[in-house]
Amino acid sequence: MSATIVTITSGKGGVGKTTATANIGVALASTGERVVCIDADIGLRNLDVIMGLENRIVYDFVDVVEGRCKLRQAMIRDKRLNTLFLIPAAQTRDKTAVSPQDMVRLTDELRQEYDWVLIDSPAGIERGFRNAIAPADQVLIITNPEVSAVRDADRIIGLIEAEEKGPGKLILNRVKPEMVRRGDMLGTEDVLDVLAIELIGIVPEDESVIVATNQGIPVAMETNNKAGRAFHNIARRLKGEEVPFADLGGGDGFFGRISRMMRAGGES
Amino acid sequence: MKFFQKAGIGRSRSAKSAKERLQLVLIHDRAGISPGKLDTLKDDLINVISRHIEIESDAVEITLTKERDQHRLVADIPLAPARKRRHSTS
Repeated sequence: MSATIVTITSGKGGVGKTTATANIGVALASTGERVVCIDADIGLRNLDVIMGLENRIVYDFVDVVEGRCKLRQAMIRDKRLNTLFLIPAAQTRDKTAVSPQDMVRLTDELRQEYDWVLIDSPAGIERGFRNAIAPADQVLIITNPEVSAVRDADRIIGLIEAEEKGPGKLILNRVKPEMVRRGDMLGTEDVLDVLAIELIGIVPEDESVIVATNQGIPVAMETNNKAGRAFHNIARRLKGEEVPFADLGGGDGFFGRISRMMRAGGES
Repeated sequence: MKFFQKAGIGRSRSAKSAKERLQLVLIHDRAGISPGKLDTLKDDLINVISRHIEIESDAVEITLTKERDQHRLVADIPLAPARKRRHSTS
């Protein structure tokens, strides 16, 4: 058995890298896959709180790199899903404490025993980003349907290709179907048209994500919310399943139906 | 119907301008040349070409375009009217 190493990155900060890493990890582990999530954002640790594991940290990734503990000692097992693990980032160091070679060496150690290693990349295009993509077998680029986020995603896609880690796949996060429908938000087609990249997931804006973050219970732990379902679909696609994409923008919704009826009425 | 128009449903098109602005900015990003640098290039180009042939320098247009995967630098350089050119070279 050999793990697939997947790096989640974005260029721009705040578009949902950490939330996506946690939830894809949860979704994969909920089907019995053995998953390790690595927080590669050295100095700005966050994946631990999103996963709700912040109180159990003893060692971190830099402790492993610098030989103060074994890799296994830094791994925190999720009590809700016993095939899900977190390796937290160091909080008191910076990204120069880790090199791309360290990343490759340590993730190689994980390959034999796990199915997936998910790496939460820091924002930006500097050392931290290069560390995060160095060991990747596959890169997922996450963006929001906004001009600045898509522009940064394009830059990242170019850098990933230059590092011969491409082609990446795209997660379009925080889509508001109602705004897309009325022409006030870039839709999936628009973003794909501009970026020319393969899509792996569309995640709708969902207040459940904020509630989940407040509680430290990733949305994908439950399936009664839209964002959680979207992350489960991404996990299935990663595993090679063909899962149709939800229509976020042209499709259903009471208000959408009403406004289309009114428009149809007006045109006839 | 009026209510829906006022609410902007089916009428507001800011996504369209988002896409157009993105496409423009990405052409420059991908080619690694800012609009300002393109202006400098244009001035240099006008100087070089003017040494050989008289052109309408005010009407010169340099644009970056993209068709499929091919980026292209397109220069539209109108020559000065024939009469003027003959006059100036004689």
